[in-house]
Amino acid sequence: MSGFARRNAIWWAALVLVVLLPQVARSGASIAVLDQMCIMVIFSLSYNMMLGQGGMLSFGHAVYYGLGGYVAIHFMKMAGGGAFFLPLPLVPLIGGIAGLAFGLVFGSFSTNRAGTVFAMISLGIGELIAASSLIFVKFSGGEEGITADRTGLTSFFGIHFRGEVPVYYLIAGWMMLSAWLMYRFSRTPVGRMANAVRDNPERVEFVGYSQKQIRLITFMAAGFFAGIAGGLFALNYEIVTEEAVNLTTSGVVLLQAFIGGVGFFAGPVIGAVVYTLLQTLLSNYTEIWAFYVGLIFVATVMYAPTGLTGLIMMHLPIARAGRLRSLALPYLRIGLPALACALGVIGLLELLHFLSVRATGQAVKRLFWMKFDVDQPLPWIVFAALALGGFLVARRMAPRLAAAWAAANPHAQGARAR
Amino acid sequence: MLELTVFSLLNGLVYGLLLFMLSSGLTLIFSMMGVLNFAHASFYMLGAYLAYSISTKVGFWPGLVLAPPLVGVLGALVERYGLRHVHRYGHVAELIFTFGLAFLIQESVVLVWGKQMVDYHEPALLAFPLFSLWGTEFPAYKAFMLAVSIGIFIALFVVLTRSRVGLIIQAAITHPSQVAMLGHNVPLVFTAVFGVGTALAGLAGVIAGPVLSTFPGMAAVLGSIVFVVIVVGGLGSLAGAFIASLLIGLLQTFAVAVNYSMKDLLAAFGVATSRASMLSDLYSVTVAQIAPILPYLLLVLILIFRPTGLLGKREV
Repeated sequence: MSGFARRNAIWWAALVLVVLLPQVARSGASIAVLDQMCIMVIFSLSYNMMLGQGGMLSFGHAVYYGLGGYVAIHFMKMAGGGAFFLPLPLVPLIGGIAGLAFGLVFGSFSTNRAGTVFAMISLGIGELIAASSLIFVKFSGGEEGITADRTGLTSFFGIHFRGEVPVYYLIAGWMMLSAWLMYRFSRTPVGRMANAVRDNPERVEFVGYSQKQIRLITFMAAGFFAGIAGGLFALNYEIVTEEAVNLTTSGVVLLQAFIGGVGFFAGPVIGAVVYTLLQTLLSNYTEIWAFYVGLIFVATVMYAPTGLTGLIMMHLPIARAGRLRSLALPYLRIGLPALACALGVIGLLELLHFLSVRATGQAVKRLFWMKFDVDQPLPWIVFAALALGGFLVARRMAPRLAAAWAAANPHAQGARAR
Repeated sequence: MLELTVFSLLNGLVYGLLLFMLSSGLTLIFSMMGVLNFAHASFYMLGAYLAYSISTKVGFWPGLVLAPPLVGVLGALVERYGLRHVHRYGHVAELIFTFGLAFLIQESVVLVWGKQMVDYHEPALLAFPLFSLWGTEFPAYKAFMLAVSIGIFIALFVVLTRSRVGLIIQAAITHPSQVAMLGHNVPLVFTAVFGVGTALAGLAGVIAGPVLSTFPGMAAVLGSIVFVVIVVGGLGSLAGAFIASLLIGLLQTFAVAVNYSMKDLLAAFGVATSRASMLSDLYSVTVAQIAPILPYLLLVLILIFRPTGLLGKREV
């Protein structure tokens, strides 16, 4: 019972946060970021229904997001023209139903097996739909996309959703509802069986379930929620282009879910929030933000396969045992050289990038509130020394951290990986 | 019509053999390590860009010789210090790792060479039309590409079937532990195969760069097609990869030359169609327009109906 209460406490805290955030961050830009974050949270959570819970690695999840968005925007357009009655808050549901329908169509033949076959079919479908969206122009609008006007839709119990904040609350409401439903889904018998299919499909068959059926149900549910995210995208931006279905978007959602941690329900939420922050904040400071995101992603795959959430969860047992302080010094010892290494790498990358984009005769790069002359060898040497030195020192400190870890961990067997 | 057939055949052959240069390495790597290397086409792109950088300094030919080994060394390093590390987390993690690597290489190309297409072109020595039939010219450079690809195909065939190294590689594919027992360093063989495979991809990039243009999206353009090739051919089968490469190459070059649509077919049977509805595109697009999606359609169909591919023995 106490576990139930605690889980609910997290949901209430999230709700309060979601309600209060636009009151704190009032500017239009920050509300736009919050909108994007909410949409991405739904999209990533739906992706993790497949990868984390069902063991299906998809390279084409944007298909359901984008097609849901397209169908939703067509409905918005028609309803705006007075073709039928459609209140604005229900637009995402249209996208969800479209995602569900396409999930049924494509899932019916792609969920026979998991693993690499599934990944390859999802890639094929992803390429197919992305290429088709540039060919079937009447449906997708080609490169210009399809636009609609949300103000043309009928009001909902007198609410018109004019202005940024009401639209944010609409999106956030859908986000909370979808997240809660997805969480509940993971606790249903089907959701539990999806985990079983992920871990041991053969045994599931012996117990009497059809692994294909369970995968298909998971797949369709994931398509439904991806469609809701797509519908919210259509509603928020009033335009859906080829970008929403293409492989880059499919890649981004994999990136988000994995950086956050696919083994935990909250993982994709953290991933989506972090990615959106990186995308919007980092891009103010550097043009090569996507490269840094790629670095973080590859580092996550290599050294922290449980993602950011996994890293946080690793520390929970130690925190409960009250031994977190014993880790502070080892972390500081490894953190400072790691920071130096990061500074060096960032400096080198920025200088390198500057070389390729600079105008002729331009030689001074502003970085870290300082100026560097890229034609002189000194900045390069300094950054390279920082990167290399930091790396070597950090590596020397790593065993000490591991020892401190072992000492602090209340469970002798080490932290749970998942 | 004859002109069209001859030139589509030639172009399809050039394109198909280029695909084989990429897919041969990919399928070898797959049959050894069981990992589909998402970043394979990224090494192809790196080959083109490195050759471009070298060609601006010392000319095309040094680039042709130097860029592929450079890419190969890079590939070997990735295998040794990246892939082998991730291997312990399983195949899905490896797939995700190569996917991340593809993303990273893409972004590093943008970082170093910029987002614009670079002016990488064929050497002056080969910038002339080799012959001209019915008023259409066939560039000598394409004949050069053809020659290089055929040379690589023969060399690969001879090395794999006739040489001692080839025997060890073939044995390591099916019986890695026994090969290790006989005293061969199997992990080193893996690294070497990975390096050679990526070097071949790099070579494909070096010779394709001037024709297919060198830009940061070039890996994405070919990356998925190469997957189609090795899945259609049958994973792990070199002969299958060869047949599928030519098949896909010809399919794509012939499809862009066919200007008929479903509407024309229906009209031939006396069925009239309207252009009004939103889905009218479905039957009014021509075969030429849907050429880009044909390989993926083939991929999905093969995976549904014949997961072993044309010549493969094992399922994906």
